[in-house]
Amino acid sequence: RDFNERCVQCSEVNWGLTDGGRFYCRSCHNVTERTREVVNTDFITNSRVQSITKGLKKQEKTDGGCEWYICEGFQLVLKKQVEALEALGVCPQMKDEILCNFWRCYLQKSKQAYCKRPAGETVKALSVCGSSTDVDSDPERPSLLHLLSLSESEGDLQTDCSFASSVSKVSESTSVYSGSVDGSLYLMKNQKEKLRMTMPMTLSFCYMALLWVREPITLSELLRFVVEGHIPYLNVFQHFPEKMKLCGLDLKIFCVESWPTYEEVFDKMHELAAFLDLPRFPDITESCFLHPDMLCMKYLMEANLPDELHNWTCRVVKKIGIGEVDFLTLMPGNKSRRKVKYDVLATAVIVVVLKLLFLLDDHYEWLLSEFAEERNKNNTEGGPYFEFKKWYEVVKHSLDVEQKKLDEERAKYLWRCEKPLFYSVKNKSKVLKRRQMVVNLQNQFGKLSGSVQRAEKPNPSSFQLRWSEENTDGSCFHGYSLKGILQEKRGLLTAMNPDYWLCTVKLCNEKLCGHLAHYREVEFPQSYHFVLRLFSFLLRIQPAYIHDEVCMIEHKLFNKKLCKKLKYNTVLRK
Amino acid sequence: SSNEHKLNFKKSKEACLSYIQDALLQKQWKRAAEFLTCYVESLEKDYSREHIGASEIIWRIGTEILWHHSQSNMKEFNCFMEQMKTLGVKRYLKVCLEHVFHLLCNGQIDEAYQNLSLAESWRFGEQTAIQDKEMKLIQAYRGLLDYCSWSKQKNILLEHGEDGFSDLAVEQEMHGYFRKAAVNLKEIIKIPGVWDVFVRCYVDLLEFYGDHNEARQVLNEYAYNSKFPANPNAHVYLYQFLKRQGESKKSLISALKILHDIVPSHELMIDFNTMLQKSKKRKKRRLGLEVIFAALDYAGWKENAKAWSCLARQVKQIVISEKHLDWIKQEWDSRKDWWPAFHFSRYLAKRNWQENKSLSFEKALVAGILLGKDCKYFKYVSHQGCKAQLKRFRMLKKFVTRHNAVYLRISG
Repeated sequence: RDFNERCVQCSEVNWGLTDGGRFYCRSCHNVTERTREVVNTDFITNSRVQSITKGLKKQEKTDGGCEWYICEGFQLVLKKQVEALEALGVCPQMKDEILCNFWRCYLQKSKQAYCKRPAGETVKALSVCGSSTDVDSDPERPSLLHLLSLSESEGDLQTDCSFASSVSKVSESTSVYSGSVDGSLYLMKNQKEKLRMTMPMTLSFCYMALLWVREPITLSELLRFVVEGHIPYLNVFQHFPEKMKLCGLDLKIFCVESWPTYEEVFDKMHELAAFLDLPRFPDITESCFLHPDMLCMKYLMEANLPDELHNWTCRVVKKIGIGEVDFLTLMPGNKSRRKVKYDVLATAVIVVVLKLLFLLDDHYEWLLSEFAEERNKNNTEGGPYFEFKKWYEVVKHSLDVEQKKLDEERAKYLWRCEKPLFYSVKNKSKVLKRRQMVVNLQNQFGKLSGSVQRAEKPNPSSFQLRWSEENTDGSCFHGYSLKGILQEKRGLLTAMNPDYWLCTVKLCNEKLCGHLAHYREVEFPQSYHFVLRLFSFLLRIQPAYIHDEVCMIEHKLFNKKLCKKLKYNTVLRK
Repeated sequence: SSNEHKLNFKKSKEACLSYIQDALLQKQWKRAAEFLTCYVESLEKDYSREHIGASEIIWRIGTEILWHHSQSNMKEFNCFMEQMKTLGVKRYLKVCLEHVFHLLCNGQIDEAYQNLSLAESWRFGEQTAIQDKEMKLIQAYRGLLDYCSWSKQKNILLEHGEDGFSDLAVEQEMHGYFRKAAVNLKEIIKIPGVWDVFVRCYVDLLEFYGDHNEARQVLNEYAYNSKFPANPNAHVYLYQFLKRQGESKKSLISALKILHDIVPSHELMIDFNTMLQKSKKRKKRRLGLEVIFAALDYAGWKENAKAWSCLARQVKQIVISEKHLDWIKQEWDSRKDWWPAFHFSRYLAKRNWQENKSLSFEKALVAGILLGKDCKYFKYVSHQGCKAQLKRFRMLKKFVTRHNAVYLRISG
């Protein structure tokens, strides 16, 4: 149906399917190697895989294992992840239609399956775990890893045959192996062409699918859920079936020891979208969760800021055009447009609005606060006026508490899991012994930890900071009025603050140095840093990235004035 | 984008470790245990590239926590130590030794002895040779425990001896312990190091069995062999031994000489000065003056009446003989700028007089000679003394007044 290539013999596009599932040209009866895509996200058995590839040496497996390919492993990982997302409430189409198709498309484009293998690339299974040549299992000399770092820096190696021979040149006693069939080949492949799959990239896949269906989960939330354990990532290989033995180089691929950063997943996602030749993503309109107006509402609530600020964020969004459908919707491969980080953008808008209203130069906001306090005393009707000082005290306190909790959680994070992994069978008993000792020690010291038990995973929630209006202690500012800091001018309410300072007068070239501006805490007012810190905590990213977006927004907002003004770092009048 | 802030295994464990360290410093054992529970998985470094060196950290921290935690007991502690012994073969003997120390601190001498014996019989290929030093220590401590047993038997024997009983079995046992102890103690003190307790015990054994030559040799080696680190105690032990042996003043003096050089403030300086003062040799008397002045440079000696009396006696003797005033001048030259405020202030005069009249007496004499009769200290004390109608103070006043010119010659 969707196979549009011209037949090699007769150049017609007229395909049918044989009984064996292969395409044949109806005009000249030329049978191809292409097979029909099968809707099957389950674990692919070896028989099917072998029918695709040629020249595969069958290895005897005495340990009950089977032959499996790296991409099959990743497929399992994705399956687990999307099931977890489903459990969180994401629509079921994501799994069966969206992600599945993305994955198949990826496999096809990267020529790992669903295609004929290009000539000259035979998959030779190098010796498997448990073979006669023993690897030096002394952890002091990880020759295996040394070998790996060798191969990556050597650049292009044409075939794995030459690789195998270079292996033997390096060291007679070591042999490169993995539980999977193509583990070594996988790591050695030239990445540039084919966008090699990695663990962080599984999250890029997830995010891409979420974006496609426009689910109300931002990337920062997704990553937070991953760290909190609601979406499998670390140690997901635990769920591989027994017969899929993991050892040797597989560990390097599947066992990660770090959390991927926002930027990493984000950039990879865009790379992936371009690689897959995807069309324009579904439109992000005003009613979408990811639209800045919506996200601003969310973050305003979470930051305990008055609802009235929403009018201001909407104004800024409108003025600089970042609410436009064309700006927000993803066009894969379009390098001229800046890629949109929806959550970071929304928080940056809020920061700009705060700067507009309160200046945040470590002086004005406090004076203004006192002023509002005075006005508040005479305020008899309507809601209380918002005072920056009170807000700062309440939010700072909560933020410090939560940050401290987060830091401790990070330090207490348990990275290893019950399923032991080892490079070689020779290592196995040592690894198991160590595991046993670790468990013993955990029990012994766990008992001495007192009443503090490891809390159960908290339920996943969209909000990390919660403020309730029912509290009578005045710690929730949602309903507060901005009138305390506004003034009436010609029938309109405008900010009392007449000034604004730019974060940077000139933007950097993002492609060259990775940032639009370079944030250093000491160079900016502390109130500004506090606000960045607050949103940085909520999004779990570095303040510098929010700062970048703030700079971008400011330059759009004050574009005309910037063009006119000189290079002095002066305070501009609005 | 920079990956500096990326949270990974290594950083997570580093953070965990710093929480543990904070908790330990604040003696929050529960909290330390809580974080250590999360830290122990760093032992599983099979696929981690970074070598964290976790096993030593876990051993040391775990030991601290288990030792201090209120809910921990020796059983838990021992169980933990056994695990630690299997953790790193390169550290095996060290762990054994520290375990033994803890057992000793807890009064479990027998268990400690068992552990030492067990450790002594440990063999592990080339590691045995590499950990040779630890092995010697283990043998030395076993020797020490043997000495303790010997000592116990000796006391029993002495008691029985008083009662008129003679106990052959006890005696045999005692000799047995002596042999075992002597062998090991002798070995360790051959190696350059600080072995005070081993030396003392060994010398005790030798003296008991009458081998004074060996004892003397051991002590000389310990004190004078330049390969050994400078150790004041070595000279103290030698001195005490020589004194017990009734050696001549000459050898006693020579034993203390180096001690004076290393630790001028040592308490034996009084004995030293006393011996030197009485010597017929001028050089020795001169040295005696130097010694006592040097000792009194230290704050810990300020209120030592005995020391002041030594100095007073010597100063008085010099003044009366009218010979060697230049000795006093030499000693006083470097001290005249700060001794007055340090020792002879009016405040101290008052306090000394209130708290210790003998002290003030001796000091007043010295002050009067060094600073003249009009100095604050002397004036106050002698005035008080005469007011209280104490005879010796009147004598003092006369003496100092008579020799008042001396201070001019000394300070000029």
